[in-house]
Amino acid sequence: MSEMTRLPLASETSTKAAKRRALRPSLPYLKSSLLGSAFTLWDCYCDCDSMDHGGGEASAILRQLEDLKASKSEIERQISALEARFQEIALQQPNGSVSNGSCPPTIPSVGSGYGHDLSPQMIYRYSRHLLLPSFGVQGQSKLLKSSILVVGAGGLGSPVLLYLAASGVGRLGVVDHDVVELNNMHRQIIHTESFIGQPKVKSAAAACHSINSTIQVVEYQEPLRTSNALEIMSKYDIIVDATDNAPSRYMINDCCVVLGKPLVSGAAVGLEGQLTVFNYNGGPCYRCLFPTPPPTTACQRCSDAGVLGVVPGVIGCLQALEAIKIASAVGEPLSERMLLFDALSGRIRNVKIRGQSPQCVVCGVKAPFSKQQFQEFDYENFTHSPLTPLPLKLNLLQPDSRINSKEYKEKLVSGEAHVLVDVRPEHHFKIVSLPNSLNIPLSRLEARLPEITSALKEKEDQRGTDSGSGGQVYVICRRGNDSQRAVQYLQKMGFTSAKDIIGGLEGWAHEVDPNVPTY
Amino acid sequence: MLQFLWNFDHELHFYSVCKLCSFYNMQLTLEFGGGLELLCNSVKIHNVNVELQNGAEKLTMKDLLSWIRTNLIKERPEMFMKGDTVRPGVLALVNDCDWELSGQLDTTLEEKDVVVFISTLHGG
Ligand SMILES: [Zn+2]
Repeated sequence: MSEMTRLPLASETSTKAAKRRALRPSLPYLKSSLLGSAFTLWDCYCDCDSMDHGGGEASAILRQLEDLKASKSEIERQISALEARFQEIALQQPNGSVSNGSCPPTIPSVGSGYGHDLSPQMIYRYSRHLLLPSFGVQGQSKLLKSSILVVGAGGLGSPVLLYLAASGVGRLGVVDHDVVELNNMHRQIIHTESFIGQPKVKSAAAACHSINSTIQVVEYQEPLRTSNALEIMSKYDIIVDATDNAPSRYMINDCCVVLGKPLVSGAAVGLEGQLTVFNYNGGPCYRCLFPTPPPTTACQRCSDAGVLGVVPGVIGCLQALEAIKIASAVGEPLSERMLLFDALSGRIRNVKIRGQSPQCVVCGVKAPFSKQQFQEFDYENFTHSPLTPLPLKLNLLQPDSRINSKEYKEKLVSGEAHVLVDVRPEHHFKIVSLPNSLNIPLSRLEARLPEITSALKEKEDQRGTDSGSGGQVYVICRRGNDSQRAVQYLQKMGFTSAKDIIGGLEGWAHEVDPNVPTY
Repeated sequence: MLQFLWNFDHELHFYSVCKLCSFYNMQLTLEFGGGLELLCNSVKIHNVNVELQNGAEKLTMKDLLSWIRTNLIKERPEMFMKGDTVRPGVLALVNDCDWELSGQLDTTLEEKDVVVFISTLHGG
């Protein structure tokens, strides 16, 4: 009976509120009737018009849809920006709210008369949460009023943000200074191809809004530093560390201790992940566990060591879970415990870790860290690594022991007798390599030195008469660091004229041959 | 002093039949993770027999670390140890429990204990 009356209602509505009113009474039926109407639409064009005409109509509709979607996301962006601005103003007021009756509060409290403030739409949207006896209205209400900051919108941050948005966290902050790149897509599932080149926070906020337009998403398109961390983090109840480097982890931890915020910490590299909750309910902080930072050589990065996309996905989901548990005061957060995930064996280990350390220089009871100490602390110096990691650029060699890729190209063109040694690991070499290069991984250089000697000899024999000058050795790697280490060693071992190719294969791809793939 | 053997079949056999000198073998499972396995031929789980010689009454984590350094670590020992303990950033767990809670280097090990060494990860 009502199919005819409901459909126009849904399509005629212009404002969001009206749309919700229309959807409220009969959503389960509406779903099927919308599907039905879509089919009717297509049937109609196929029956009444020629295929060409139908195709033209269809593409016109598609274009219109695209336009509408574009303006929808623009409006959503504006709403989000206004909401963020409103929240900032609200926070500046002493009583925490703005005395302007016309502004809707962040979480609409619709005095439902049922003893909670969930609106009918909220009840329907979060019904499966409400059906959980241990979560229920109470858990969901707490979640809706909570605010969570996610630092990093990468492999870990993607599922964290998606799940937190979907589950109805009232205010979700996201910090990231980076832009979306093609080599992020395999694991940073919040981003889509259409956002490549755009800020990650923008892409992440759009995705969160498209899942749940009723929550507030605040974008911080900047790197987290000691100068802005206190201000940003103080606006949230819970902090999620989804960053990718040691100095950020120490800095976020210390800031959480100073502000008294629980920290959900996750990490994933290669085929392993780790998860724990710090600074929660008298539990340890990151520094209680790791008072001294590890040597930089022990800090593997995804961009060097690789990572299976789903591994940070698993850890990120678990981070979202821990954040939801803390926000809704349900269950036992993973404090004083650590979850270790080994993807290859499919094993998850849950281990007991030490409690809060009285000697901890940050959270220790005797001398807790002050805001000023935090702001003056040099995290990059402490960990000997940068907060926003850039590819390492070593400079170990004298300029005359190095050539750039254009110069090497000239040597190739002139036909200079030489041996090109590629010192990357074998599995890198399999991805891409230059023709006629000899792959000897840096770690095996010592043992395989004779191969270079015999390759040189072969070159000289080929040349025949014009020997004497001896063959030249050039060394290449991915970015030009290992090649310098290799040249240092080779020169020590008697290959005194060995030279490295500055910038490695990446330099070659940028300066000489853009067809050589980078990774 | 302490003398140890590990799980090469022939060696195990050789020592097992040698009852004369009242050796005490302790079976342990050692696991390496977070990249530390790269220092032991990329093998994560090692079932080992650590042998205490007559006179030694117990095996501590300190003893085990020096045994690991001698017998298992194939390269870059500085990535595993600093001085006589594990390097910063490595968690040592005895039976799924932080060794900090059981006495760190003085933790006494028992037959069939599982000792895990994990390098903390930073990536995401
Ligand atoms: Zn602490």
